[in-house]
Amino acid sequence: METVIFLLFALLAVASSLVVVLHKNPVYSTMSLVVTLFSVAVLFVLLGAPFIGALQVLIYTGAILVLFLFVLMLLNITREESAVTAQKGQLAAAVLGALVFGGMLLLLVLEARRPLDPMTEELVSMKGLARSLFTEYLLPFEIVGLLLLVAVIGATVVARRPPQPGPTVSGLETPEEIEP
Amino acid sequence: MSVPVSWYLALSAVLFAIGAAGALTRRNGISIFLSIELMLNAGNLALIAYARQWMQHTGQIVVFFVMAVAAAEAAIGLALFIAVYRQRRTIDVNRINLMRW
Repeated sequence: METVIFLLFALLAVASSLVVVLHKNPVYSTMSLVVTLFSVAVLFVLLGAPFIGALQVLIYTGAILVLFLFVLMLLNITREESAVTAQKGQLAAAVLGALVFGGMLLLLVLEARRPLDPMTEELVSMKGLARSLFTEYLLPFEIVGLLLLVAVIGATVVARRPPQPGPTVSGLETPEEIEP
Repeated sequence: MSVPVSWYLALSAVLFAIGAAGALTRRNGISIFLSIELMLNAGNLALIAYARQWMQHTGQIVVFFVMAVAAAEAAIGLALFIAVYRQRRTIDVNRINLMRW
């Protein structure tokens, strides 16, 4: 049963990630990435990490990809402008890379299978995760919070419209002045 | 019968390779970002698979941090693209080549 679920969602993830990379329209790519991330979230749950799976759905598909879609709609980009430019020796390099990658993949799959230990309550439970997150990894946790704050401020500053030269100071107009 | 961890690692490698190919070949800035997100997620899958194999929480915690960093990266990157689009009216990376040698 687990194998069936794994194969189903692995195939779904690979197929939708191919659509992400190959589709010309970035809106379709983003929607396809949603499918990929959902499938990977299912695999997270299979691997005994239901909290991370929930985070994946909430943060990635719920926040990050919505942000992507929002920017795509805002800028109104529907397809790529310039075609892929072929570099010299691209085909040879691609074939070589694919061969090496395929060989390593084959080794990985055929590798002697060490049987997994049965899943324990301790691994799956959020209590254990929270305990190590808030004791052993407390400092990185705080730093990540600071990083997100810096990112929010930085994104606001970078994306802000540059102040227009003129008599009115940007942001200080009363609503009556903005209305034409 | 449980799925061996190496299958998860193989899937992670495949997803990473697809993402890397996309990041190298796409010319639209946002599509490149999507490919980078795909690669980050493939890395997350490998980390969770190892966490399952060794019965440790550390892999899951690292994934938590990776997600936070990915969120910060997406916010900053998209803001940069908005700023670039305002200046150049395009986010095609072949045309944003002012700082290329």
